[in-house]
Amino acid sequence: MTLLKNREVLLALAILLLVILVAARFPAFVQPGNLVNVFNDTSPLILLAIGQMIVILTKCIDLSVAANLALCGMVAALMNGAGVPLPVILLLVVALGGVLGAVNGLLVWKLGIPSIVVTLGTMTIYRGIIFLMTNGAWVNAHQMTDAFKALPRTLIAGLPVMSWVAIVAIALFTVLLTRTPLGRAFYAVGGNPHAAVYTGINVGRTQFVAFVIAGALAGLTGYLWVARYAVAYVDIADGFELSVVAACVIGGVAIAGGAGSVAGAVLGALFLGVINNALPVVGISPFWQLAISGSAIVVAVAFNSSLNRKTGRIILKPVETK
Amino acid sequence: MTGIATGRTIPDRLQSRTYRALRSWETILLVVAVGVFVINSFASPHFLNAWNLSDATFNFTEKAMIAFAMAMLIIAGEIDLSVASIIALVSTAMGLAMQAGAGVPVLICVGLFTGLVCGALNGALVAGMGLPSIVVTIGTMSLFRGISYIVLGDQAFTGYPDGFDFFGQGYVWWVFSFELVLFAVLAVVFWLLLHRTNFGRAVYAIGNNATAAQFSGIRVARVRFILFLLTGLMSAIAAICLTSRLGSTRPSIATGFELEVVTMVVLGGVNILGGSGSIPGVVLAALIMGMVTFGFGLLNVPGIVMSIFLGLLLIGVIAVPRLLRGK
Amino acid sequence: MKPVLSLRGISKSFPGVKALQGVQIDLFAGQVTALIGENGAGKSTIVKVLTGIYQPEEGTIEIDGKPVRFATAQDAQRAGVTAIHQETVLFDELSVAENIWLGHAPRTRLGLIDRRAMRAGAQRLLASIGATLNPDLRLGDLGIASKHLVAIARALSTEARVVILDEPTAALSHKEINELYDLVETLKAQGKAILFISHKFDEVFRIADRYTVFRDGQFIGAGAIADATEGQLVQMMVGRSVDQIFPQRSHNIGPPVLTVVGYNHPTEFADIGFTLHRGEILGFYGLVGAGRSEVMQALFGITTPSKGAVRIDDQVRVIRSTHEAIAAGIVYVPEDRGRQGAIRGLPIFQNVTLPSLTRTSRAGFLQLAEEFRLSREYTQRLDLRASSLDQELGLLSGGNQQKVVIAKWLATKPRVIILDEPTKGIDIGSKAAVHEFMAELAAEGLAVIMVSSEIPEVLGMSDRVIVMREGRIIDEVTGARMTPETLVRAAAGLAEAA
Repeated sequence: MTLLKNREVLLALAILLLVILVAARFPAFVQPGNLVNVFNDTSPLILLAIGQMIVILTKCIDLSVAANLALCGMVAALMNGAGVPLPVILLLVVALGGVLGAVNGLLVWKLGIPSIVVTLGTMTIYRGIIFLMTNGAWVNAHQMTDAFKALPRTLIAGLPVMSWVAIVAIALFTVLLTRTPLGRAFYAVGGNPHAAVYTGINVGRTQFVAFVIAGALAGLTGYLWVARYAVAYVDIADGFELSVVAACVIGGVAIAGGAGSVAGAVLGALFLGVINNALPVVGISPFWQLAISGSAIVVAVAFNSSLNRKTGRIILKPVETK
Repeated sequence: MTGIATGRTIPDRLQSRTYRALRSWETILLVVAVGVFVINSFASPHFLNAWNLSDATFNFTEKAMIAFAMAMLIIAGEIDLSVASIIALVSTAMGLAMQAGAGVPVLICVGLFTGLVCGALNGALVAGMGLPSIVVTIGTMSLFRGISYIVLGDQAFTGYPDGFDFFGQGYVWWVFSFELVLFAVLAVVFWLLLHRTNFGRAVYAIGNNATAAQFSGIRVARVRFILFLLTGLMSAIAAICLTSRLGSTRPSIATGFELEVVTMVVLGGVNILGGSGSIPGVVLAALIMGMVTFGFGLLNVPGIVMSIFLGLLLIGVIAVPRLLRGK
Repeated sequence: MKPVLSLRGISKSFPGVKALQGVQIDLFAGQVTALIGENGAGKSTIVKVLTGIYQPEEGTIEIDGKPVRFATAQDAQRAGVTAIHQETVLFDELSVAENIWLGHAPRTRLGLIDRRAMRAGAQRLLASIGATLNPDLRLGDLGIASKHLVAIARALSTEARVVILDEPTAALSHKEINELYDLVETLKAQGKAILFISHKFDEVFRIADRYTVFRDGQFIGAGAIADATEGQLVQMMVGRSVDQIFPQRSHNIGPPVLTVVGYNHPTEFADIGFTLHRGEILGFYGLVGAGRSEVMQALFGITTPSKGAVRIDDQVRVIRSTHEAIAAGIVYVPEDRGRQGAIRGLPIFQNVTLPSLTRTSRAGFLQLAEEFRLSREYTQRLDLRASSLDQELGLLSGGNQQKVVIAKWLATKPRVIILDEPTKGIDIGSKAAVHEFMAELAAEGLAVIMVSSEIPEVLGMSDRVIVMREGRIIDEVTGARMTPETLVRAAAGLAEAA
C-alpha cells in the first residue's frame, strides 16, 4: 500500500506500462539493443534533470541550462579544432559550465534576484555569446577529430560511455543528496529556509552551490551532445530547458522546493525519453513530442499538488501518530 | 517610529503627486528614452525620418500589447510564459480557418476565441486548481506550440485573404500604422483599467498580500482567472497583427517573445515578485526597447546581439538598484 | 552559583527601532529562567542574538565567564546554545532522524552520513525523553506535539548546554503542555540551562526557577520566582498597575441579529449553535487551538462548513466566500494581522476602502476623493496615529495597523463584527483604545463577537462568554458565573469547583 503511494514507484510502473503497450504491437522495441538506445538517447536529459532537480530543491529554477550546454558544447568543439587534448577539454567544459552556473548562483545569492529572471536573462546571454564567438558559423563533423567524436559512443561492457556517464551521475548524486550534509542542506533550504538559517545553513550559498552543480552537469553534457551528434551551432538543444523542467515536474520534484529525488528526476526523464523514442516506432510524427511533454507537465503538476493537498487542522479528533 | 500627526486631522498626502512622479522609476525611464532618442539621431542620419521611425514601431507594438496584460498579471504575483505559444496557436487556428475559406471577420473571431480559450486553460489551472503559474505556463507553453507543430509540421500557412493585411501592414493616417494606433489605444485602456478601476486596485491588493485580499472580500481566484483570460486575449490580438504583418503562419512564429515581454515589463519597473508597477512604465520600456532595437538595426548589429543586450538589460535593471542600495 | 551563560549590555537596533537597549540575562545550569515581556519587548530579538542570527551592536556574551562571539548560527550551536521555536521550525520533507541530526550528523570513515548511527542516536535521544517515535517517519506526517519531541531531541543531540524554549506551548493542547512540562523537568535534571520564553504567568510560576523581565527592549528586573508574586511581575511587564481598566458598558441588548444553527465541519468543529444580539459583545474563550478561529472563519466564508445554517435577522444567508459574508453584513478582524489583515505595501486609505470599493467608486472607476473621505472618517474615529492617509500601512506600529484593519471593516457598515484576538501583540495604549471602541460599537447597536484568550479581556468586555474546547461549545457563561475559575476549568475540561 505505502509502496503504491510512492511517486517514484508509480512513475516506474507508468513507464513499464508504456513500454509494454508499445512492445505489444512492436516487439522490436523491447530488444535489449533498442532499450540501450533509448537509455543512451535519454542520457543528456537525465544529466540535466539531475542538476535541475537540485536547483529546484532549493526553491530556484535554472532556465539557462540548455544555453549553457550549447555554449560549452561549442567551446569544446572549438578547443578540439585548436588541438587541445581531449582530457583537458573535458575538464575545461565542466569548469566552464560550473562558472556559467556560478554566475546565475551569484546573482541569486548576492543580489537576491529571483532565479527565474536571472536565468531567463543568462539564457539569451549565453546563446548570444556562442554567436559572438562563431559569427553564427557551424562546427561540422569533418572539423572534429575522430577521438573527440568517438568517446561518447565507445562501448564499455556493452554500454556507450554516454550512458555510463549518466549512470555514474545517478549514483554519485544519489549518494550526495542522501548521504552528505550538503545533500541534506539542499532539502532543508527548499523545505524551510527560515529554519535552515537556525540550523546554521547558509541559504544563499547552498543555492549557489546548486547552480554550480547544474551548470557543471550542463557543461559536461554540452561536450557529450556535440561529440555524439558531431555538430555544434548556436541553436543546439534549443528549448531543451523545458524538457528538463518537464522531467523534474513529472518526476515529482516540487516546484516550491524541498521535495524530490534523483530517482524521480531520472524516471521523469526516462518517461519523456521512452515517449520520444516510441513515437516514431508506433508511427506518430515527432512533431507530437512538444505537445506531449507539455501535457505531461500540466498533468504531473496537477497530480503532484493533489497528492500534497494540505489537510486542514484537525481539532475535533486529535490524532496522534503511532 | 511613526510620524505622529498632531491634532485630529490626518492629511491625505504629504508629498504632492507631482513630487512623487518626479522621483519615480518612470521619470528615469523617460530620461533614458529621451537619451536613446538623441543618441540614435546622432548615430545614424536615417533615424530622424518619420517613415523610418514609423517602421521601427513594428518591432515593439505587438510585444507591448501583451506586456500590458503581463504587467497586470505580474503585479498580481503570477506570470504567463505561454504567451508566445498562444500566438503560435492563434495563428495556426486562423490558418486553419482560412483554409476552410473563412473571411476576415471570421478569422479575427477565430483568433480571439482561440486566445481566450488558451487564457482560460491557464487561468483554470492556476486560479481554479491553485497550481503554480510558472510551471503551468511552462507546460502550456510546450502544449500550445506543440499543437501548432502537430498541425503544421514543417509546413506553413500562406495566402491570407485580402484585407487581412491591414492589421499588420495598414495605416490609419499618414505614418500612423494600425498597430501603432492600437498600441496607443490599448495603453490608455490598460492605464485606466489598472490605475483607475476597482479591478486594478484588487490586482495590487492581491499582489501585495493575496490572503489579506481574500480576507477583505476580494474574489481572488476570479481576478486571477480574468487576468489570464486578458493575457490570452492580448496574445491573440498580437497574433492577429503579427500574422497579418508576416502574411504567413509557421509553428515557430514569435519564438522567444515571452522573454522580451517579461523583460519589457520588468524594465518598466514592475516588481517581478508582484505588488507594484505601472502601465506608463511599461509604455516607456517598450519605446526604449523599440528605439534601441531600431538603432542597432541601423548600425547593422545582428539580432542575436540585441538579445544579449536584452538579457543584460533584464538582469541589470534589477541588479543595479540592489547594488546601489548595498543589497 | 556561576551562570553558564550571561549576556551583558546587549544592544541591537533596526532602522527606526531600538529593539534591545543594554539588556542582560543570566542562565544557570539545571535551572529554568523565564523571560517575560509583552510582544515587542525584545524577546524574539534576544533569541536571535543568542542563536547567532543577529549580531548585537554592543554588549558581551559570556559562556562560563569567557567572552564569545556568535557570528553565525553554527557558532552558537558549537558553543552549545540551541533554540526550540514557537512554530517548531523543522523540515517536513526530511525524516525524524535527519531532522535531529541535520548539520551535525555522524559520519562514516568515508565522510558520508552514517545512517545507522544516525538512526540509533535518534532512537536513543527520543527514548531519553520518553518518546517512542519511529526515526524513519517523515516529519511532515507527525502532529505538532510529536514535532516538539523531535525538536527537543535535536536540542539534546547538539549536546547543548543552553536550551531556549520560545513560547513552546503556544500551539499545544492541555495534555501536550503537561507533557512538555515533564520534558522541561527532564532537561533540568540533565543539567541544561533553560531559557523559557512565555507571557503566560501560570506556566511561568509552574516551571520556572528564575525570571527576567524585559519591557520595550530594556531590562527591567530579574530574580527568583519564589520571591515574586504574579502582581509584581505583571507590574514590571506592563509598567503600570495591574488593575486593567475596561470601559463602562451600557449592556443595552436588543433583538437577535445572528443565529448559527448546527454548524459542523469535518475536521474543525461540530454542533456549533448560538445567537448574537444587537448591542451585545459575545466572548469566545478557549485554549489556543480549541477551534474558535475556525468557527469564525467559516462564518466569514473562508472555509465551508459541511452542515448548518446562518440566519441574519431571521433570513437564512448562504456564505461560501468572504464576499458573500461581507454582503450579509458579517466582517472579521483576523488574529493573524500580518498575513490576513494588513496589506502592508498599500497605503492606509487603500487598505480601508478595499472591501468598500463598490460604494466609493462610480461604475467601477475609483473616486479617490471619496476614498479619502471614507477612510478619514473611520480612522479618525479610532484615533489613528499616522502622518498621512497615503502612508504605507507597513510603516505604522502594530496597534495602529490594527486600527486600520478595524476601520476597514467599520467602513463597510456591518451588522456583525468578529474580532479575533483583537489586542494581541499591540501596545497598552492601543489596547485601551480598541476596548473603548468595542464598547462604543456595541452601544451603537452593532453585534460584536470577540475571540480572546486573555481572561481579563474576556471578562472585562463580554456580556456573555461561550467556552469552546476541541471544536465544540462546552459552556455558556453568564452573570455570576463569569469568573476566571469557571472559564479556565471549562476550557481545560475540568469539572466546576463545587
